[in-house]
Amino acid sequence: MPLIIYKSHDGNTQEVHAEVGTSIMQAAVDNGIDGILGECGGCCSCATCHCYVDPAWVAKAGEPDSTEKDMLDCVLDPQDTSRLSCQIVITDEMDGIIIAMPKSQY
Amino acid sequence: MSEHCIIIGASHAAAQLVSSLRQEGWEGKISLIGDEPNLPYHRPPLSKAFFVGEKTEDELLIRAADFYDKNNVDLLLGSRVTKIDRDAKKITLEDGAEIAYTKLALTTGARVRKIPFTGCELAGVFYMRDLNDVKQTHKFTGPGKSAVIIGGGYIGLETAASLRKIGMNVIVIEAMERVLQRVTAPEVSAFYTRVHTEEGVDIRTQAGVDAIVGEKHVTGVRLADGTTVPADLVIIGVGVIPNIELAKEAGLTIDNGIAVNEFATTNDPDIVAAGDCTNHYNPIYDRKLRLESVQNATDQAKIAAKSICGKPEAYNALPWFWSDQYDLKLQIAGLSQGFDQVIIRGNSEQGRSFAAFYFSKGRFIAVDAINRPKEFMMSKRALTSGQTADPLKLADESIEIKDVFN
Repeated sequence: MPLIIYKSHDGNTQEVHAEVGTSIMQAAVDNGIDGILGECGGCCSCATCHCYVDPAWVAKAGEPDSTEKDMLDCVLDPQDTSRLSCQIVITDEMDGIIIAMPKSQY
Repeated sequence: MSEHCIIIGASHAAAQLVSSLRQEGWEGKISLIGDEPNLPYHRPPLSKAFFVGEKTEDELLIRAADFYDKNNVDLLLGSRVTKIDRDAKKITLEDGAEIAYTKLALTTGARVRKIPFTGCELAGVFYMRDLNDVKQTHKFTGPGKSAVIIGGGYIGLETAASLRKIGMNVIVIEAMERVLQRVTAPEVSAFYTRVHTEEGVDIRTQAGVDAIVGEKHVTGVRLADGTTVPADLVIIGVGVIPNIELAKEAGLTIDNGIAVNEFATTNDPDIVAAGDCTNHYNPIYDRKLRLESVQNATDQAKIAAKSICGKPEAYNALPWFWSDQYDLKLQIAGLSQGFDQVIIRGNSEQGRSFAAFYFSKGRFIAVDAINRPKEFMMSKRALTSGQTADPLKLADESIEIKDVFN
């Protein structure tokens, strides 16, 4: 199972082994990582699973679609590598991916 | 006695409560009791992605199964609580077993409102609330078959969209003048009627149901005007009622739901409640609310967990909702009830993207954003912080939505 490294806004890291096919958001909530909320359950409706993909991993995480882009445009503290983590489906190639989390989801 | 929190109702709120209790430092025992056999699961996909087979049962789980092991939760699923004894601080299960608690959380949710139509017991007639209901419907669905949906609310319309997706003929029967009448402006109702019609759904408003007809299996629905429409499947979606009976019998205050204060606590300081079953005061709208939403279940559960852990924090969240139908992503922020002005941004009469902003006495109170994620996001933030907006600017698409709110 690929290793996902979650980094909180104050620099703490938590490592989680997650199943291929689940999302970065789901793996976070299943493991009690509170920087990611995922209120809508992963249907790209709430933008409470905002994260920053480590620049080295952006290509492997893929591109956001237009809905996700529009929502990211309006989240707090957007960055170039911002994604909604419910839209990143974990693959074997993501083993070791680093996901940073914003200070707040609201 | 050592600390023991019992959670009754394996719901959205319950899954969040488990998570939040541990995050807030609850070291005592946690038991989760649910009358369905399932771990807490996402209900919204039941009428959407799960219905059409795009999501599996496992993918519906709010938290993976091992989450409950990791958090040391005793699961009593498929088990019903029959009584709460507040004096003795214990609950009774239907098999007679008694379990003592130090803290109790009621996350009992809501159940569908049932209407005793003639013929409602026929095979092929369903409600859409529980996983088991929806799994049973699959025997009656299939391309070319006919479905009648009774109720033109969100559940009815989402189900209509899902049934069209699998190639069924669909008729929606709505008693009121327009679909979504209780929850949206006429412009939004007209929009949904247009899109559903474009997608091949036959929407009949101001239509009553006389009887569901068939021998053993449903074959049709007879309407109040005497016509009978064919049906292999009937789905009834006419609202829900909160599950308050246990709380009521235990002497807790009931007021259109289990009455809780801003700390999600009932009139018994050792009993909290969260989610669809509660009635609570909302400071943003300055009135009492009973909400039927994932947002409220999740956010109120966090408040309930804080109260249990002795770290009370007042609940103050903006209600928000969503509904996915066809290629339409509807995101709703705030509550539009009581609006006296609606501003449309974009064109609701053509295409599939616009936003309806609701005002009451000049104050911005809610938005229905259809394929308009930016409008939703900006409105949600403005409503949360009490910021209003200029109706003229909202209606003017030449002004970027971000600039309207800045």
